[in-house]
Formats: sequence, structure tokens, C-alpha cells
Amino acid sequence: MGERMMHGADPLARMLWRFPPYRWCVAVARRLGLTGRTAVIAIPYLWLLLFFLVPFAFVLKIALAEALIARPPYSSLIEWSEDTYLTIKLNIGNFLFLIEDDLYWKAYLNSGKIALISTLGCLLLGYPMAYAMARANPAWRNVLLMLVILPFWTSFLLRVYAWIGILKNNGLINNVLMGLGIIDQPIVMMQTDFAVYVGIVYTYLPFMILPLYANLERLDVTLLEAAADLGCRPTKVFFTITLPLSIPGIVAGCMLVFIPAVGEFVIPALLGGPDTLMIGRVLWDEFFANRDWPVASAVAIAVLLLLVVPIMLFQHFQSAEAEAGV
Amino acid sequence: MNNRRSTFLVSAMAFGFAFLYIPILSLIVFSFNESKLVTVWAGFSTKWYGALLQNEQILGAAWLSVRIAFMNATVAVCLGTLAGFVLARMGRFRGRLLLTGMTTAPLVMPEVITGLSLLLLFVALESMIGWPQGRGVTTITIAHITFSMAYVAVIIQSRLSSVDESVEEAAQDLGARPAKVFFIITLPIISPALVSGWLLAFTMSLDDLVIASFVSGPGSSTLPMVVFSKVRLGVSPEINALATIIVLLVASGIVAAGLVMNQAEKRRQRDVQMAVAANE
Repeated sequence: MGERMMHGADPLARMLWRFPPYRWCVAVARRLGLTGRTAVIAIPYLWLLLFFLVPFAFVLKIALAEALIARPPYSSLIEWSEDTYLTIKLNIGNFLFLIEDDLYWKAYLNSGKIALISTLGCLLLGYPMAYAMARANPAWRNVLLMLVILPFWTSFLLRVYAWIGILKNNGLINNVLMGLGIIDQPIVMMQTDFAVYVGIVYTYLPFMILPLYANLERLDVTLLEAAADLGCRPTKVFFTITLPLSIPGIVAGCMLVFIPAVGEFVIPALLGGPDTLMIGRVLWDEFFANRDWPVASAVAIAVLLLLVVPIMLFQHFQSAEAEAGV
Repeated sequence: MNNRRSTFLVSAMAFGFAFLYIPILSLIVFSFNESKLVTVWAGFSTKWYGALLQNEQILGAAWLSVRIAFMNATVAVCLGTLAGFVLARMGRFRGRLLLTGMTTAPLVMPEVITGLSLLLLFVALESMIGWPQGRGVTTITIAHITFSMAYVAVIIQSRLSSVDESVEEAAQDLGARPAKVFFIITLPIISPALVSGWLLAFTMSLDDLVIASFVSGPGSSTLPMVVFSKVRLGVSPEINALATIIVLLVASGIVAAGLVMNQAEKRRQRDVQMAVAANE
């Protein structure tokens, strides 16, 4: 294969061809069957492999190590002893510790419960909104969409912080209610599970609305008209046609809320009370307060096990949506 | 019947938007409050803005965060565009399923897990190959790139699958090489998605507390880390002032980007119409 055939009239390619290292690289690439196409695939692939997938192997490894007072604070699994025997020490004590200690079970179950209730809250509030947006006048749709996206772009931390001012004992809600004379004792809302629900529903609502909206907007209106023409009542049209057709949107939205909410740290830390146990918070405290990296890793593995099925469900519907062309 | 339904929908929407915006509005209103008790109104004042501009810790952290966000957004757009392009245009290849998984899982992965796993990777890499030396700006940037490129990839992929492939195919049929097709045809078509991907990556990095806390080192506290440590001690009007500035910057940025893209879209549609008319 000649120089001209490979590079044609491209001046840059001709110039590069004069440098031997370039020619060697091309030769090696050709021998390995590498093409430009492979390189384009390989770049993002390798990045995600190294910085997203491989780290989980290290989490598993540290979860099987023992905590030490050292830097880094864990034992190594593989040791060369004096006679250069290779010894591998696996310590499942961290997992046993999680199973035996009540705290972790409670945190585990409570995270699932809080995430589930918040997801339902998002769905109940988000579905009518998405439906109304999809049925709105086309000129209005983009404005409404922008209004849903805008809060999502402004700082998450500061928006959670805003709720402290609203929910606390001398906060906005209590001041208004007491000013109107409806109550004379402030209602305690801060540092309760209620505040955590409000915080999660509030911050994750756009994640529920967007996939639902994308789905409902594509809905074929003629199907609804046909049903109505045949004498079907609006409620029945909704439950027999609209709702079943929007299931992919519902699943995507629910997973986008449920999965991150299970591991949420900031919202329970700022709005929840000391007894609002959530697994993300437990992991954080094990890591930052107790500096117990192995137990923190074991907690992470436990959370991942809980989330494997929801994540796969999400991926399934996400790729189906991507193929359909959202 | 129909009337009752639309009343329900409109009131649901009104309630939803009130729910989304009242907290933000309350932040803005009380940033102009004279009193240090954030929620008790004691007269108009801009003194908390003055106090904010004197607070070197917050300003330093903000500057660090902006630098990280800028680097993150730029690299994440490049990598995310490649990933989105590969998924939308490259058809089948070995390991495609894994790539799909690796671009969608970061969207939902709880941050504590991503943060912990990246920290453990960095610690292990440092003891094996001596890089990265310590933790700080580099490690935070790498961590941010990893999750923001997934968002960019999804945006680019959905944009690419909604535009017609025939223009790219035509260019290829006329003898343009794949790289040339990509730079001359594909990139201009997806430029609005590139802009929104960059902006999204920028704000997500500016906003991240959890992952940055895990992978940062001494002396590299980002803005959310400083804000979080202040907020944990209670409400403070300075934070309200900071929030107001951020909300206004983001809102004006989004509105400006929206207007520019709207104009570009209109111009493109006009060009298309003129081309069609010229052909007839």
C-alpha cells in the first residue's frame, strides 16, 4: 500500500508521513488491525473503563481488607511473606459486621422506604405536570420546558438549603401560619423524615417530568380521538390508552429518581434529623468520621447489590428510548 | 367533563411550578434582608453582598470551582461527543453493550459510591505508579469529567438519532473521508447540543459536593464544600446572597443561550426553505 493511496493529497498527512515515528505507529496499528474507527471507539471506552468500571474492583478489594491505622488505612490482600510465599488474605468480617449490626439494616431499609415514597410523590406531582405540558399550546411548551429545567441548573445544594429557611420553626411556613392565626405553636418540620421527603421530591422532580414529557409529547393523539369518537369516556381513555403507553416514561422517570435517592447524602444531612438513617449518610460517616475505609466500601457494595436490578431496568428502557430517537 | 379535567391540569401545573420556584424566590428575597435571622424581615439592605465580596474563603473557593468546571466541561464535551457519536452512528461493534452501560449508569449512580470508588482508584494508582501525586484539582477534574461526559453523551446521542443521516451519507458518497464528514457536517449539525452539553457539564461540576469531597485533598476546597460546611452550622444571609448571584448568572446564561440558539435555528430553517425554493 503506497503513501499516496493511504493519504491522498492531504498535506498534513503527507507531512506527518515524513516522520518515522508516525510511520511506525501506522505500521503497528495496521498490524493490530486498528483503524481510525477503532481509535474513535477506544478513547471514550478506555476513559470510562478506567475511571468508572475499574474503581468498583477497588471498592470490592478494600471491602475485603482490614482497617488499619495507617496511610492508606487498610491492609493489603496480597502479601509476600519472608519465604516469598504469596498469601492472600480475604476478610469477610466487614460484611458480617454489616449483617450483625442493627444500624446498617435500619439504614438500608429506611433508605429504600424513603426513596420509594419520594419516588411516588414525584410521580403523583410530576405526571399531571408533564401531561399538562405535553397538551399545552406548542408556543407555550418550550417556555414551560425551560421553566422545569431552570431550577435543575441552579445549585442543588443551595436549593436544598432554601428549604431550611422555609421549614424551620421560625421559618416561612410557620411564620405565615402563625401570622394568620391558624396555629399558635410552630409545627416541627425540620429534622424530620417529612423534610427529607419534601427535599427529595423537590430536587428530583425535573428528573421525573422530563422523561414523562418526552414520552407523552410523542403520544399519538389520533388514538385518543378514535377512542373518544367510539364513545369512550375520558377517564377510561386515560387508563386504557394514555397510561399504558406512557409506561416507558414512567419507568425511566422513577428510576432516575429512585436510584440516586437511595444513596442520597446531602438532603438527609441538611434536612433530616439525627434519627433519619440513610445508607448514603452512614457511608459518609464511616468514611469521614470513623475513617473506616473497609466498612465504607462494604456499605457501598451492599448498596450496589440493592441497586443492580433498578439500574439494569433503567438501562433497558433508556436504550429502548435511545433507539426510538427521543 | 373536559372542563373539569383542564382545571385539574392547570392547577396541578400551577402548584408544581410554585413548589419549584417558591424556595428559589425566598432565597433571593431574604438575601436583601437587614436582619441576620434569615427568615424574619427587618428592612431592605444589600450589606450581605458586601460581606460576601469581602469573604476571601468563599471567593477563593469560587475561583477554584470555576477553573475546575471550565476544564471539566471542555474535556467532557470532547469525550462525551465521541461516546455519543460512537453509540449513535457506529452501528454494532464488540463491547457496545458495555459502553452503553457505562454511559447510562453514571447518570443514576449514587454520588457517595462514585466518589468512594474514584478515591480508592486514585489511592491505588498512586501507590502503584506514583500518579496522581496527592489529591486536589487534578483528581476532582477527572472525577467530574467521568460523570459529566455521560450526560454529554446522552445529549449528543439523542440529538444525533433525531437528525437525518442522509447528509452525512451524501458527503461520504461524494468522497469525503470520515474525519472530514465529522468535522464539516456532523459537528455543525449538533452544535446546539454541544453548547447545552458544555453548559450542563459546567454547572454540574460547579454544583458537585459529594464526589469532590471524596477526591479532594488539603487546600483544594471547592465552593460547594465551603458552602456545605457553613450551611451545616445554620442559615447565613451571606449564603443567600451567593445563591442569588448564582441563580441570576445561570438564568441569564440560559436565556442568552436559548435566544442565540433560537436565532440560529430560525436562520437554518430560512436557509433550508430558500434552498428548497431555489431548487424548484
